[in-house]
Amino acid sequence: MADIITMGIDVGSTASKAIILKNGQDIIGKSLIDVGTGTSGPERAIKMAFEDAGLAAEDMAFIMGTGYGRNSIDIADHNMSELSCHARGAAFLMPSVHTVIDIGGQDVKVIQIENGAMVNFQMNDKCAAGTGRFLDVMAKVLEVKVSELGELAAQSKKRVDISSTCTVFAESEVISQLAQGTEKCDIINGVHHSVASRVVGLAHRVGVRDDVMMTGGVAQNKGVLMALEEELGHIVHTFPLTQYVGALGAALFAFQKAQTAKA
Amino acid sequence: MAEEAKKKKGPSPGVLALRKVVDDVYEEARQAKKRGEPVGWSSSKFPCELAAAFDLHVVYPENQAAGIAANRNGEMLCTAAEDIGYDNDICGYARISLAYAAGYRVGRKFDPETGEFIIDPASGKPLKDENGNVVIDEETGKPKKDPKTQTPYEELVNINDIEALPDGEEKERRLNALKPIRQNLMPAPDFVLCCNNICNCMTKWYENIARMHNIPLIMIDIPYNNDVDVDDSKVAYVRAQFDAAIKQLEKISGRKFDQKKFDEACHNANRTAKAWLKVCDYLQYKPSPMSGFDLFNHMADVVTARAKVETAEAFELLAQDLEQNIKDGTSTLPFEEKKRVMFEGIPCWPKLPALFKPLKENGINVTAVVYAPAFGFVFDGLDEMAKAYYKAPNSVCIEQGVAWREGICRDNKVDGVLVHYNRSCKPWSGYMAEMQRRFTDDLGIPCAGFDGDQADPRNFNAAQYETRVQGLMEAMTAKD
Repeated sequence: MADIITMGIDVGSTASKAIILKNGQDIIGKSLIDVGTGTSGPERAIKMAFEDAGLAAEDMAFIMGTGYGRNSIDIADHNMSELSCHARGAAFLMPSVHTVIDIGGQDVKVIQIENGAMVNFQMNDKCAAGTGRFLDVMAKVLEVKVSELGELAAQSKKRVDISSTCTVFAESEVISQLAQGTEKCDIINGVHHSVASRVVGLAHRVGVRDDVMMTGGVAQNKGVLMALEEELGHIVHTFPLTQYVGALGAALFAFQKAQTAKA
Repeated sequence: MAEEAKKKKGPSPGVLALRKVVDDVYEEARQAKKRGEPVGWSSSKFPCELAAAFDLHVVYPENQAAGIAANRNGEMLCTAAEDIGYDNDICGYARISLAYAAGYRVGRKFDPETGEFIIDPASGKPLKDENGNVVIDEETGKPKKDPKTQTPYEELVNINDIEALPDGEEKERRLNALKPIRQNLMPAPDFVLCCNNICNCMTKWYENIARMHNIPLIMIDIPYNNDVDVDDSKVAYVRAQFDAAIKQLEKISGRKFDQKKFDEACHNANRTAKAWLKVCDYLQYKPSPMSGFDLFNHMADVVTARAKVETAEAFELLAQDLEQNIKDGTSTLPFEEKKRVMFEGIPCWPKLPALFKPLKENGINVTAVVYAPAFGFVFDGLDEMAKAYYKAPNSVCIEQGVAWREGICRDNKVDGVLVHYNRSCKPWSGYMAEMQRRFTDDLGIPCAGFDGDQADPRNFNAAQYETRVQGLMEAMTAKD
């Protein structure tokens, strides 16, 4: 029987990701571009994923789009919300998962999963506090790279309290702490707990049940992960493919669609 | 999956009758004002039966604000209120109403030389050819606009400035340039009637109107009820306020309380409530013979005219229309009903198309709204009336609120709940997080919340809303 090749494309607000999947099991191509919807990112991510897999659009049995920019992916046969795709991708990586926390560029999602499918969810309101953008703003003020935040926070000995109410207020608090000579690592630790406390508020609304997994780019930041575990009182798992979970879920749904069409 | 019901074309006799009822309320108030009779402004759940006992004409700022917002003028009026000092955090209805009370109106721009309106080229619907196809402009590549549907540019004007002009052509021209919708032509108040059972911002909102116009304010205070039942002491507290209100209304109207007229108003209000509930109950059918969004439009009648016999008759007529829809297999829902939800909260009036679009795309019908039980109350006499008015969405305890909602969710067979976290209504939105948790625990259905506003379009983001609706649809479908 011929292989079924499917593709998932996750176009977010700050990054574009694509996954090519063989028979709903093996990842044979992937790509990540650090710019999202409205940019050249989606097109580049798609091209790069094809190159990585050594395949072309005509080899795809089904292409599923997801993410904030899902409606503008011309190549996609269909689209689904990033909520379902993160749930599906997370359950594929960890079948025992019941709660998924995804911190994206401009939103936060907490998804409840039963039998591998999303049954309920909560998302943040329009405020950027607690999102990836919040960390970008803080990193800029602290004159460090976002990718360095986790490592720096690990050196903290005394956490500073940073407000979780508003990005702008939190930014001025960080500036004020810097002016007082507070160690950067202690401020960063505070910033991570600020993000975590915001996320925990949402998580309790939908209910937290083990196993808990964090997805999205922010999950690479060990400082946020640790702060989240501390605030939540649960072990929070993550995987090296964390940034690709939405695209992976989309590719899995695409496989399901391709199988249905074949049947 | 629900079978697709055939779509009915055009408004039914019941819908037309209901529209006429609201138009008449505004028109009669304008005529009363012209005759020199006092006209009141009333909150939506003030006991209208009291004003009816004195033949007083009353109009409703909440209904007016919703209409102004739905006509895309919410932001203009909200900004006007902010410019005179009202905070952006205050309810959008209150800001629109306070701006209107301060004299602000929506005007149509005209050429001062010719007097002709200046048409906004971006306005209007796409032009269609004889085959119903959209005509594309060759130069721009975009659809051409149908000139018949185009409207003038709009601007903020102040009626006080216009009325201060000497009588003559210029004054007439400016008065004629006021946007010709009933909400923009509502007569100024001579007294205000406020019952804070539905909203606690309302107290200050109405006090401000009374102060601006230096007119009497009749206030009925209904405290938040932390019990399911309304006990005798609470009834006595409200009844005493009714008695005081009657004395105030006697002074305003120059007439004595007319028991016969009061009884007739109560009879009509009860009949309206029963007919309203009957209409709401048609949403229990699967598929439904109506779009639940229709109820939001019919709310105008329950709010502005529930004590009128014409309202009861119009709802009874609508119930007949719906009965016929059931027999014919038709529906006012313009798409196939795949899933059913309860819509919690007031709609985002300025963004109705954006609110409806993802529901239509996903085949989601709204088959439950909390307004059904909230306005479907029946009573006998002043004490029972006090009890009835004690129960409004924001004055009942959470147990009662949950029971109301879960009751209609079960009866109307919903698959999920869509919650509007309404920036304008903190009391309503405040307890929704806990209610959402209970809906999921008790009914086992997914709930999705979105941010928005009942009147201020600046607080709604269509893309965020679409993601939540699509996510809700996927969660509901995952349970199949």
